This record gives sequence, structure tokens and C-alpha cells, in this order.
Amino acid sequence: MHTNVSTKSVISARNLTKAYGEFKAVDDISFEVPAGESFGLLGPNGAGKSTAMRMIGGVSGRTLGELDIMGLDPEQHGPEVRAHLGVVPQQDNLDEDLKVRDNLIVYGRYFGLPLSYLRPKADELLEFAQLSDRAGAKVDALSGGMKRRLTIARSLINDPKILLLDEPTTGLDPQARHTLWDRLFRLKEAGVTLILTTHYMDEAEQLCDRLIVVDSGSIMAEGSPSSLIKQYSTREVLELRFGAERNAAMAGRLEGVGERLEALPDRVLIYTNDGESALEEVTGAGLHPITSLVRRASLEDVFLRLTGRSLIE
Amino acid sequence: MSSRDTGTRNTGLSPSGLKAHPPPEAARRARRFGSFYFAEHVLRSMRGYGWTIVASSVGTPVVYLFAMGIGLASLVDARAGNQGIGDVSYLTFVAPALLVTAAIMVANEEFSYPVMAGFKWRRIYHGPNASPLSSSQIATGHLMAVAVRLIFTCGIYFLIMMLFGAVPEATGWLAAVVAVVCGLSFGLPLMAYAAGIEEEKGQFPMVMRFVVTPLFLFSGTVFPLDSLPMVVRWIGWLSPLWHGTELGRVFSYDYAEPVWLSVVHVVYLVALALAGWAIAKRRYTRRLGK
Amino acid sequence: MSTTIRQQDLQLQGQNRLLGSLYSRNARAVIGRGLLATKSSNWLVMVSGFVEPVLYLVAMGIGLGALVGQVEGPGGQPIQYAAYIAPALLAVSAMNGAVYDSTWNVFFKMNFAKLYEGMLYTSLGPLDVALGEIFLALLRGAMYATGFTAVMGMMGLITTPWALLLIPASVLIAFGFASFGMGITSFMKTFQQMDWINFVMLPMFLFSATFYPLSVYPTAVQWIIQALPLWHGVELLRQISVGVFTAATAVHVLYFVVMIVLGMLLTTGRLRTLFLK
Repeated sequence: MHTNVSTKSVISARNLTKAYGEFKAVDDISFEVPAGESFGLLGPNGAGKSTAMRMIGGVSGRTLGELDIMGLDPEQHGPEVRAHLGVVPQQDNLDEDLKVRDNLIVYGRYFGLPLSYLRPKADELLEFAQLSDRAGAKVDALSGGMKRRLTIARSLINDPKILLLDEPTTGLDPQARHTLWDRLFRLKEAGVTLILTTHYMDEAEQLCDRLIVVDSGSIMAEGSPSSLIKQYSTREVLELRFGAERNAAMAGRLEGVGERLEALPDRVLIYTNDGESALEEVTGAGLHPITSLVRRASLEDVFLRLTGRSLIE
Repeated sequence: MSSRDTGTRNTGLSPSGLKAHPPPEAARRARRFGSFYFAEHVLRSMRGYGWTIVASSVGTPVVYLFAMGIGLASLVDARAGNQGIGDVSYLTFVAPALLVTAAIMVANEEFSYPVMAGFKWRRIYHGPNASPLSSSQIATGHLMAVAVRLIFTCGIYFLIMMLFGAVPEATGWLAAVVAVVCGLSFGLPLMAYAAGIEEEKGQFPMVMRFVVTPLFLFSGTVFPLDSLPMVVRWIGWLSPLWHGTELGRVFSYDYAEPVWLSVVHVVYLVALALAGWAIAKRRYTRRLGK
Repeated sequence: MSTTIRQQDLQLQGQNRLLGSLYSRNARAVIGRGLLATKSSNWLVMVSGFVEPVLYLVAMGIGLGALVGQVEGPGGQPIQYAAYIAPALLAVSAMNGAVYDSTWNVFFKMNFAKLYEGMLYTSLGPLDVALGEIFLALLRGAMYATGFTAVMGMMGLITTPWALLLIPASVLIAFGFASFGMGITSFMKTFQQMDWINFVMLPMFLFSATFYPLSVYPTAVQWIIQALPLWHGVELLRQISVGVFTAATAVHVLYFVVMIVLGMLLTTGRLRTLFLK
């Protein structure tokens, strides 16, 4: 009865394209997501992440390509496909006319779920979202982090097998982000397939088994966070600041230090496997940056390498 | 004052060497012209729906004067033996009332949601509040911008009344002035009310249905107040719309009214406007100072 | 939670129903949400929708009635001015309520509250949402119409049992406007565009034989007004209020039936392009 599901894709996109007139929001992307995986779409604002998410969610059609969600085309079988999804949109769209707990119950009714299931389920989810004491509160009165957790709780009301999260932690303070990450981790452990978009590197590194880097609607790279870093970056990065007017000039005099060099308007990045010795080399050459920092390479550097620009602008 | 404080040092942020005038100058100008600056802000944002304003300013008088002054008039004048009401045609009788009603509708539109949204949704008041402008200048600036719109709308309304031949007297243009004042005497108390709303619970539809509509129906607009039983006539006496309409009629067709009553109309309208303005300024100051 | 995933969990079965991608036969969930939201909303706002036409009837009936006296009713018999305008005000109120609910209300929920966005990420289809919202609008309209008819009765303006039909006929009129209103709202992007709805509504309200007979106008203008829905609504209710029925009654009813069918087709088509494009 139990089949090997690790190779079975729950989402399969082939040559997916979405055009608005001349502009291609999503341009010929293909990917597969196996069941239980945590899959990330990484890219700057306007890269086409949310459009791709809306297509997977079955609320936006496509111009070209094929999309298969658990064996069905969401465009043909919207209600059937969406019945298995949980969706956390980029902006919370909670029902401000209803109380916190009623938000969960009413949403569950949209899936045709009976009240006998929804009442205890709502309480269980409020517990999960650490909102039990707010069950009777108005949505208006919740903090940003609480609303986000409520939106996530709402997306779980139908026990979805796939959870779509569009920038789940944008706009939250660090503590609220960590609380959310913890909740998402538990879902992953429970076997839920997570699809998330983000432009936070640390979030992608924390949550994603595998990710695609998207820019201008196309896939720039694909792989696990660590393999992407290994492939596109060095182990460490030395960041130097010489002041806004001098960075570019200094970059010229730093040629040859480290494996690769990137001059940004506000700082110079030196890619190297040993940041400390690179810094010694710089000061040895008589150059004195205003600040210097040695850090581990991150997905931010991968993105910079691939697109020539920073993720959050 | 050192050159550093007045911003003459080239910081490198403006390659063209543009310099703002020094802060004391900004403060001086804000103190003197602040209300005008904010009025300009509101008027500029009105340009976003400028065509709606123009279309409704022209369309409303045409449609209402035609429907009431010609359509309904055919029933009224037929019965009154072409005497209309008080020796004038129904069109002449109803036109000043419709003019003042239009002013109140504009005031109702501009002093309700936009005021609340200034504090709450779009928060347009919070930007200028961080500038040298004072809170009461923001209130006054908003009022000035709406006054400009009222003058525009009432002016066009009056011209169209002339085209319909609804204004026999040469003093008729004063009816348009009365309408603008009347718009403010209804609108400024509403502005004060809107500035106090912390939570939107459908207050403005309620104002529309329980204040504006009854005012229109029970203020002697489309029929004389005397036709109503005594028990509801007090609504008219309290209503700025009744005071404005009666005064408008005095100017537009020499409606017979004792002079003291005309003076009462003026005093009542101006008093309502001033009271509303004063309370609005206080509420703006309290709300933005929080 | 079980961590075992079986093959059939990953393979969904699709059904191929008519409108399958738009409709999941669950409009009642949308209705349930609406009723629950009503509980937390301001009941005075609800009541006020009923008060407005009543105020018009009382003020215009008494005040204008004193100026106008009696006018010719649908059967040619003279009737009180209040009895003449009452059914017209009811038709206007049915129109206003339905248009407000299907335009401004929908516009707000679509663009600001993002309510439909959340609903459409569930197994609901856009047609479930549309039908649910229209049903709620009609339910409210039926309540107002009942109240208004009762007030007419109290004012002595009802002289025939046929007048009870005013209630279902108002709902029919409201349905016609609501089904179209939603389709039209789907084209609207900004508040300014929404204002144009008022530009259509206001002349229709004033010119559709609401306060005075159509005979005031030249023939060409009469034709234009007779092509507009509100005139048919006013005439239909006016006939019902005195129990005088002619071949025109059937035309009025048919007008609204066609309007409902076309409106629903428009709305459904628009929902398809809007949400599944």
C-alpha cells in the first residue's frame, strides 16, 4: 500500500509563462516539488514570485505552459485543487467584520466543512498560533505578528497537504519571525509540503530544503541553500567601507585580493575562503577602510553574483 | 548663525547645489501661510477626481432643475392655476432650495470620509503635522479647500439656474453666496464630528440617512414648511438648510419675509459655521498631538 | 498528525461539471459569513435603510401632496399623491439597496478588505461568492420591502390584497439590478469610476415617473425612459398597489427576468476573466 513517495511530485510546472501584454511576469519557468519538501522561491520585489504563487493557488490563469497540482490542472479544477491547499497571501486578508475565532470557522465553511469539525479544530489552531486568549477579540485589535499567525492558522483549517506562503514574515519584528519559523518547522515535520516566497536570505536558509532564485520572471539557479552557496560563492566574505565617494576608487586598488571582488555603491565585497588574511592583506597594502567585517557567505551573495544586484533594494 | 546650520555646506547629496531655505524662514512662512499650504495639498488631491467634480457640478443642477422645476412643476402649477407658490412659478420657488441642497451635499461628501481618512486610513494629516504646520492650520486648510470647491459648484449651479430662467431678481447671485455659507455651516460641525471618530462603524451612512435626508425633506425645500404639521416643523427651524433656503429665496425672487427673520438666518448660519470651525480646530489639535 | 502519505493522497480526481471551475455549490458558506458579519455590524445602519424611503413617503406624501392633490392612477382613477409615489419609492429603494450592495459593497470587499481574495483561495469558486452576495442583498431588500409595505398599510395607502405582491415584486426588481451591478463593478478600478454609477442612478431616479407622470415629456424622451429598468419597476409596483393588471404588467415582469438572465451571464463571464485569466 505504501509507495515510495519521495520521488512523486505534488507540484509540477513546465514552461510556465504569464504575460500581461508585452510584459512577462513569469517567463518560461519549470520546476518540480516532491511531497513533504520545503521549497522556496527567492527573488527581489517584482521578480514574479507572487504571480507564480497565484498560479499554483489556482486563482490566476497562465499564458503558456503546463501546471499540475496533485494530478490536476488548477485552471480546470479550481475548487478541487484549492480544497487541498492552504494559502497565506502576502498581505493578510482577514475578515475584519468577524472575531478571531469566527474567522477560522467561517473560512472552514468555504471548504464545506461541518461545524462539528470546525469548532474543535479552530480551538486547536488558536492554540497552535498562540492566540487562544484572543479567540473573542476583534481582528483590528491584533498586532501585526498576531494577524500573521492567525492567517497561517486560517490556512490550516482544511488540513492542507500543500501550504503556500507568500512572504510569510515580511514586516514582522525578529521575535515574531522566530515564532513563525518555529510553527512552520512543526508543519514541515508533520509532512506538509511548504512552498514559500521570500526575499530574506536567512529565512530561505532556515526553512527551505531546496529553492529557485527568480529574477525578472526567470529561474537563475536552483538547488539547496548550501549547494547554491558552494556553487556561486566562497566560504567567507570581507566587507569594506571607504565612504560613499571612495568605494569605487578603492576597488581598483584592491584587485588581486581574494578570489573575486564586487564594488557596490556603499561598500566593497571581497570573496575569499579566508576573510581574516584578506583583511591583513588590505591593511598591509596601506589601505584603511572606515569599517571592515568578515562574515560567512550567504544566499545574498549568491543572488548578487547571479543578478548583479542586491535582493532588498 | 553659522553657515552649517543654515545648510550652506555642500553635503554632496544635491549635486546641483540646490539648497532649501533655512529652517527659521520655513517656520516663519509656515506660521503665516500654513493653512494655504495645506489647502493647496487638498486641492491638488481633489484634482485626482476633478472630472467627477466638474461633471457633477454641471449634471446635478441640470437634472434636478429639469425634474423638479419642469417635471414636477407641471403637476404643481396646473393645480395652482399657474400661480405656483406665493405668486411665483414652482421652478422659481424650488431653485434656491436645490442650490442650497447641492452645497450641503458637497459639504457632506468632503467633510465626512476625507476628514476621518485623514486621521485614520490614508493618514494625510500626519505628514503635514510633522512639518512646521500647526494642527489648527491643517483643519483650516482643509476647510479652505472645500470652500473653493463649494464656490465652484454653487457658481455653476447659479449659472444654470439663470439659463433655466429661475432667477427673476438681480440680487439672485447672493443666493449662491448664501449656499456656500450654508454648506460650511452644515459642513464644519460635521468636520468636527468626523475628526472625533476613532473607529469606523458606519457613522457616515447614518449621518446621511438620519441627518441629511431628513434635513432635505423637512426644511421647506420642495414644498413650503407650512404644509407640514407643527410637530415636525421644528426640524426646519433647526436646519441650516431651511435658513439658507429661505434667505436664498429672499434674494432670488424677493420672497416676502420680515427683515429681522433674514437677520436671524444670517446669524444662525454664521454661528453654526464658526462653532463647528472652533471645535474642529480643537479636535485636530488634540488628535494630532496624541 | 500522520506523516504517512499514500499514493491516492497525491492524486486528485477531478469532476467535469458545468461551470466546475467557477462554482462549487457552496454559496451557503458565503451567506453564512454574511449573516455572522451582520451580527457584529451596526444594527442602526441596517434599520436606517428602511427608514429612508419611509421618510420620503411621509414628507413628500404630506408636503407635496398638499400642493399636488390627486393624480391619475394606473387604471385611470384619481388617487392620492402619496398613494401615487409610494410604489415608486419602493421601487427606487429596491434599486438603491441592490445597487449599493452589488457595487460599492462589492467594490470595497474586493479591493480594500480583500475579502474575496481569501474566499477564492478556498474551494469556493467565484460564482459561489457572487450568488451568496446577491442572495444576502435580496434578503435585506425583502426585509425592507416588507417594512415599507407595512408603513403604506398604516398610512391607509393600501386598498387591495394584491398589494402583498409588492414584496416579491420588489425582490424581483432588486435581483435585476444586483445581477447587473456586480458585473459592472468588475470593470471598475478606482473610486472615481464608481462615482459614475451615481451619474446613471440619479437621473433614472428623478425621471422614471417617480414623482410625476411620463406624459410631461416629449415622445422621444418617453421612449428613452421606457427603455430603462427603473421605469418598468415603478410601473409594475404601481399597478400591483392598486390591483390593476394589463398586458404591460407581463412586459414589466419579463423585462426583469431578461435583465436577471443577462446580468448573471455578464457577471459569470466577468468573474471568469477576472479570476481565472
